Amino acid sequence: MTVPPPQDGPAPKPTQRVVVTSPRTRAPRARRPYSGTREINEQSELGAVYMRTLIRAQRRLGLSVCLVVCGSLSVLPLLFSIEPDLGRARVLGLGLPWFLLCVATFPMLLLAGWFYVRQAERSEREFAELVERP
Amino acid sequence: MTSGYAIVAVLVVALGTILVGTYGLRVSRTTSDFYVASRTVSPWWNASAIGGEYLSAASFVGIAGLIFAYGPDMLWFPVGYTAGYLVLLTMVAAPLRRSGAYTLPDFAEARFRSRVVRAVASILALAIGWLYLLPQLEGAGLTLNTVTGAPDWVGALIVTLVVTVNVMSGGMRSITFVQAFQYWLKLTAITVPIVFLIVVWQVHGAESMTKPEFPTFRQDTKVAFSHQTTIHAEQSIFIKGSGEIDGLRIEDAGLVLTNGYHRIGQGSEFTFPQGGAVPHVSTMDHNTNATWALPESSGQKFPLYGVYSLIIATFLGTMGLPHVIVRFYTNPNGTAARRTTLIVLGLLSVFYLMPPLYGALGRLYTPELLMTGQTDAVVLVLPTRMIDGIGGQLLGALVAGGAFAAFLSTSSGLVVSLAGVLSQDVLRLGGVRGFRISTVLAGVVPLAMTFVSTGMPVADMVGLAFAVAASSLCPLLMLGIWSTRITTVGAIAGMLAGGVPALTAGLVTMFSDADDSWYEVLLSRPAAWTVPLGFAVMYVVSLLTPRHVPPGVQRAMVKLHAPENLGLDGSGPSSADERS
Repeated sequence: MTVPPPQDGPAPKPTQRVVVTSPRTRAPRARRPYSGTREINEQSELGAVYMRTLIRAQRRLGLSVCLVVCGSLSVLPLLFSIEPDLGRARVLGLGLPWFLLCVATFPMLLLAGWFYVRQAERSEREFAELVERP
Repeated sequence: MTSGYAIVAVLVVALGTILVGTYGLRVSRTTSDFYVASRTVSPWWNASAIGGEYLSAASFVGIAGLIFAYGPDMLWFPVGYTAGYLVLLTMVAAPLRRSGAYTLPDFAEARFRSRVVRAVASILALAIGWLYLLPQLEGAGLTLNTVTGAPDWVGALIVTLVVTVNVMSGGMRSITFVQAFQYWLKLTAITVPIVFLIVVWQVHGAESMTKPEFPTFRQDTKVAFSHQTTIHAEQSIFIKGSGEIDGLRIEDAGLVLTNGYHRIGQGSEFTFPQGGAVPHVSTMDHNTNATWALPESSGQKFPLYGVYSLIIATFLGTMGLPHVIVRFYTNPNGTAARRTTLIVLGLLSVFYLMPPLYGALGRLYTPELLMTGQTDAVVLVLPTRMIDGIGGQLLGALVAGGAFAAFLSTSSGLVVSLAGVLSQDVLRLGGVRGFRISTVLAGVVPLAMTFVSTGMPVADMVGLAFAVAASSLCPLLMLGIWSTRITTVGAIAGMLAGGVPALTAGLVTMFSDADDSWYEVLLSRPAAWTVPLGFAVMYVVSLLTPRHVPPGVQRAMVKLHAPENLGLDGSGPSSADERS
């Protein structure tokens, strides 16, 4: 921008304060466009932290669903062995072992699976929101 | 129980499978089509296909047979087969799909970047696959023997032929259709008859299945012994017929079978009287129906150990089965892989409600199988036994068709995955031709093995395949997916430390006559000691050899765990630039 040549005429106005604004494109916010996606792809420290968080969350979820379900199933043989009377108990006209293993187990497995899928997808969604935030 | 309808049903299933397969031939064109159906299969199709492939001879005939013979301890088979899918879902389903490999050896290489890890995984996958194919073929032999009286090898040969031809011509795309169709066929074939059978049982007065008495013959029962059999009679019993007892030849005469052991010659036919207590094959304990219905009644040594070993093998072994794993690559992404697995859980849960019913009804209606030792035939024999006339024959035909579908579909799945491993890793023959040659090899080896194995229950044999998978490939998958510390040395050591003992134990039990020594159960149910061994060795050796952590492990982890739609590959800035 060139300064116009001084002209004759009325004396220049006294200095005026003008507010100058500027989009602060360069200075401290320079790292902003580095989304989590890029951090991970460039294998930075931050990217590794993102991934570790996701993996840990998924591992904890998977292991806890597994342990709760398989753990509670695995107690049964021991219970029947320690307390043989349990094996003779009857539920809905079936022996207790038969009722538990033929009827009750399957809905429980399905429920656990459904819960796991819902939680796993949610934690992936949260991860996506985290890393895609500009 | 020779029945024309049953033969027709078996033929229809075999021909139908070939037809659907040929239809697939027109669709499958490229190499990728051959291997994984170009990854365009929807979750419901895929889940039905997994169900169809997974419900094997063991599920269709074997479980009912074991429950019939040994009682509720055997209920852990169906529970374990299903729970295995929950473990698979929670621990490996999505990462396995995201690894983007075709077969388990591909996964091993993608994760560990080592040809040696890959080679070991290939050999184990082959061993597990063949170990699993063997009982399918034996089951087919048994089914055909039961419905037509044909020798055992005929059924095995038919299954091998149909499957090999089918896989060679259509590859996996057609197999996906075939498998999905087979699940629904099998569900129908096991559900419809049991509904009728339960109605009949009700009409007969809903007799209790847990009375404190030994199983007895409901009517005069003619029993044919197709093999030489040693039986044990608890009470003396008067029998008539022709054959050989304890080396004594009898022609159409009566005889009192005293209590104790007797050897009955091959080809004997005797009629046992109504109300007589059923003698048992010598390897099986006598149980009243009341004690049979209680836990730990199987008469095996260390029943608690046996049950826990079975639980470990089935819960963890599912993920290591080659034909199950290959299915996951046909999902479009990790999320779909999870949803597919959840649907599979539902499909299996429905199916597994049925076999225990057959087993329990068998105690009342087909107790003579306890004497001939052909307990696996209970599902096949029950319909014709309980329902007279054409109705029973038709239902029997339906069951026989379903059983044959079970052998065909599981064998197809196994042959596809084994052929994949063989052509890529062993023969190193690429393309469609390599796949076809491998298919033949994958089918012929187990067929040869059927001639040398001793007849053990099919579900037990399948249990051994699960044990090997759980002790070798399961640690590889679980630790490989969830830990960054596993080294190549650790992976190899762990697979061998778990897999080799389990495999040896399995082969010893399968090809030598079982004896009564105390360690027999350690060999026939090895999982309880080989699985912890595999995991421990893999982890500890990895910690001891930290310098052998495979290169690019972080990148591999990103690939396994990050959702696909984010465009994450951990491949570094350079390749990201190239891509844009």
